[in-house]
Amino acid sequence: MFPTLKRLCQLSMLPLLAALSGCDLVVMSPSGDIAVQQRDLIVVSVVLMLLIIVPVLFLTLYFAWHYRKSNTTAKYDPEWHHSTRLEVVIWAAPLAIIIALGAITWISTHKLDPYRPLDRLDAERNIPADAKPLTVEVVALDWKWLFFYPELGIATVNELAAPIDVPINFKLTSSSVMNSFYVPALAGQIYAMPGMETKLHAVINKEGVYDGFSANYSGPGFSHMRFKFHGLSNDGFNAWVAQVKQQGTALNRDTYLRLEKPSEKEPIRYYASADQDLYRAILNMCATPGKMCVDEMMHIDMMGGAGKESQENREKLKFDGAPIDINLRGHGPEEHSSSEPAPAASAPVAQNTSSMDMTHGNHSMSGMDMSKGGDAPAPKTN
Amino acid sequence: MFSNPDLLKFIFGRLTLESIPYHEPILVATFCGVAVGGIAMLALITYMKWWGPLWKDWITSVDHKKIGIMYIILAIVMLLRGFADALMMRAQQAMAFNGNEGIFPPHHYDQVFTAHGVIMIFFVAMPFVTGFMNFVVPLQIGARDVSFPFLNNFSFWMTTAGAIVVMISLFVGEFARTGWLAYPPLSGAEYSPGVGVDYYIWGLQVAGVGTTLSGINLIATIVKMRAPGMSFMKMPVFTWTSLCTNILIVATFPILTATLVLLSLDRYVGTNFFTNDLGGNPMMYINLIWIWGHPEVYILVLPAFGIFSEVVATFSGKRLFGYASMVYATCVIMILSYLVWLHHFFTMGSGASVNAFFGITTMIISIPTGAKIFNWLFTMYRGRIRYEVPMLWTVGFMVTFVIGGMTGVMLAVPPADFVLHNSLFLIAHFHNVIIGGVLFGLLAGVNYWFPKAFGFKLDPFWGKLSFWFWLVGFYFAFMPLYVLGLMGVTRRMSQFEDPSLQIWFIIAAFGAALIAAGIGCFLIQLVVSYIKREELKDETGDPWNGRTLEWSTSSPPPDYNFAFTPVVHDHDSWYDMKNRGYERPVKGYRPIHMPKNTGAGAILSALNLVLAFALIWYMWWLVVVSFVAILVVAIGHTFNYKRDFYITAEEVTAEENKRTELLAKQV
Repeated sequence: MFPTLKRLCQLSMLPLLAALSGCDLVVMSPSGDIAVQQRDLIVVSVVLMLLIIVPVLFLTLYFAWHYRKSNTTAKYDPEWHHSTRLEVVIWAAPLAIIIALGAITWISTHKLDPYRPLDRLDAERNIPADAKPLTVEVVALDWKWLFFYPELGIATVNELAAPIDVPINFKLTSSSVMNSFYVPALAGQIYAMPGMETKLHAVINKEGVYDGFSANYSGPGFSHMRFKFHGLSNDGFNAWVAQVKQQGTALNRDTYLRLEKPSEKEPIRYYASADQDLYRAILNMCATPGKMCVDEMMHIDMMGGAGKESQENREKLKFDGAPIDINLRGHGPEEHSSSEPAPAASAPVAQNTSSMDMTHGNHSMSGMDMSKGGDAPAPKTN
Repeated sequence: MFSNPDLLKFIFGRLTLESIPYHEPILVATFCGVAVGGIAMLALITYMKWWGPLWKDWITSVDHKKIGIMYIILAIVMLLRGFADALMMRAQQAMAFNGNEGIFPPHHYDQVFTAHGVIMIFFVAMPFVTGFMNFVVPLQIGARDVSFPFLNNFSFWMTTAGAIVVMISLFVGEFARTGWLAYPPLSGAEYSPGVGVDYYIWGLQVAGVGTTLSGINLIATIVKMRAPGMSFMKMPVFTWTSLCTNILIVATFPILTATLVLLSLDRYVGTNFFTNDLGGNPMMYINLIWIWGHPEVYILVLPAFGIFSEVVATFSGKRLFGYASMVYATCVIMILSYLVWLHHFFTMGSGASVNAFFGITTMIISIPTGAKIFNWLFTMYRGRIRYEVPMLWTVGFMVTFVIGGMTGVMLAVPPADFVLHNSLFLIAHFHNVIIGGVLFGLLAGVNYWFPKAFGFKLDPFWGKLSFWFWLVGFYFAFMPLYVLGLMGVTRRMSQFEDPSLQIWFIIAAFGAALIAAGIGCFLIQLVVSYIKREELKDETGDPWNGRTLEWSTSSPPPDYNFAFTPVVHDHDSWYDMKNRGYERPVKGYRPIHMPKNTGAGAILSALNLVLAFALIWYMWWLVVVSFVAILVVAIGHTFNYKRDFYITAEEVTAEENKRTELLAKQV
């Protein structure tokens, strides 16, 4: 009885709620200082442009009305087509506004560069000298978000939390395709891209639960690639961390490789501990055993390249699993995910797991023991 | 024999019965509709014995006027397809709340929005614009055809072949699920293994050949074939914007072609330009595609600016204000459009100085654009404005486009873009400029030049109705998207969780329905005008009291356009000629040298269509066969020496005498 009543009640409230929250323009009323400054910039640029837009709109409608054919009292001068004075004005007026806006753009783009560490908590407060920023390493997976808290040793899926008035340093990457990390209430978005790291600095000033999501289309599960961002008090944050530590399991490479497979509407997950090296491995696309890390390859290249032996590294630098298959590999995400672990590449992987821990020094001989296995599978058909 | 899988695979490549989406009711119904309509049309053509004339007068025609008309027909047909996609998207987003999946699962919805973008840009806006340039430019500069008439026919059929490739994907296989620019790695072989992206690639590649060649053709035409006396600074503004557009086409379409070649190499032969593997870099693709993509925006909007310039001067009964500054503004926009591409991905993590540079160059474009708006404004000043349908579109454009321009400059401020990028605010912005700028211009152009092409005006009642539905529908459809963007709603979503958003999507869907009514009225307008063609007839060739040379000849113009090449003394040359009491010569006609029709363009394009289809489905034998056939036909065509003929003086005299009689009746 009660639940039905409650539901009825909610239903009757819906239009009202819709109207109320319909005005919830989060971009125009954010809760983090960076987003607030970005909002201010929108307002300033609109006001500047309205200086010219409003007269233009007014003149358009006025001229369109006043010089209509039926109004024979209006002056008609079919030969009038030039006025140097007017020409100067119509070029100079937009120019003046763009000079002002350009100056604002140059300054604000540098000041609000996502790579730049914060210099204030909000308009009134500077960053306290003893403030210790919170680092969060973000990985966009198909189709969920993985957050590492390296200083706390924990990790979460599809839930992000941070204490208010503490600078947050995000480092972002992706496991497969391009995504964009965006919490409108906190700060503007930044792309998360495979094999690359982007950075974002932000701070949240008000407690609350905010929406976060991917703002760059990334495949069929994209619509549900959402998470909640919790802005918490210091105590609240500590309690949240304790909760993660208490309820969470361990995140190691095996769990990660299972997690990494495409899935949709993933529930929130807590990890009480996370491999220290895992984020670095994901960033360098070598979380899968047997793959060569991108930074390692870059080091080899920097040292002049591996010469003939580089051929042997080839299989280890193919991160996306199976080679191109001549057969149509299905429509849905299910088939896609089943092909993810790449059976064709498993032979060299199996042989190579032992040399997982190789360091930069032995790169020239890396892969020697797998050269036989390397060319048997993986027929590169086109 | 047919159970042998190897043989089947050899013949059909990847194509199997499962590739036909007969389990999708929406597609089956669409297919039935298309099939019934198609068969009915073929039957009608056969019954009316139209095949001969269709082949002789249209398909093989090298007449720039007919090719221009065919481009516009192609654009209108594809507009219906692209708009059907738009309606489905609006319906999906208005429904997909509270766990309701809407009408499509994601893998289908993702094809719909990709197809909508690709079709609207490449197969609606581009052929529409190219059609106008083809039809109008030679008439405006007093020429008898374009520089390379056969190339023109070939370009048109290549564009059509590209459109057909994209349309085939509806019924055989699938289309890309990547968004209209197909960013890798999502569009790479690993994440899009099916035929969808291949349809995308080959559709654009085939059409791209047509676009590039047509660009070369029109540049040559404008530079070399202007009537005596027409210096560059006496060219009509539409011709000027066409020149700039075609320069943009020739300079940027090769970049698109090269980028797509690299992507196809990644997909077909396993190179690693844009993959995650082996040091590939998707950021390179994103840069390259937008180095083409941003000038593309101006390729579309510059000719629309040209149309507005012609319309506003004609219907204000007044010379265009600030001709020179209009021309300079166009050229400045053309150059600056190369220097702004990075504003499409400020959020990719470039340094602050790079972002600020591209943000400021973007804003600078608004200066010449603003100057243009002022020029149109002061053309109306002290004018005597007749509110015929083209002028209504122009005023509707001026109001709407200014708003779109403002939101565009907002997006050009990088930190503001960080919060608005990829949101529905962005979607609202570019529809605001593409519908409010390009499409309004094209529809103004249809109403303006239709009497020139067919000899009767379009019915103004249905035209006005169409305009008001479009205008009001546009505001209903896209203003809610601005609001949703500020609420932090991102693009390309097929499902929503927050029920408070739904009301805005329903308003937007209502707006889309109004636009549908606008398109409906436009189609009715065409039919009604055809029925009332006697009543709407224009025998003067100059129904609007026009100002440029196309209005000096008959409607529709004779095959040779001008019996005598006009001599130009001033811009707005026809107005100038009328003012000076120009007497149309009525005798002394001479034979006119004309290009001859040829089927080679249509045949080559059909073979290219086969080649594209074979490449998409990995039918390698057919790839080889069709490629060899293309070479044979192309080389064979070079031995065709019967490329020109003369219209005899008698025929010209007969044609011109008819016009003399008609004109005499007017007085």
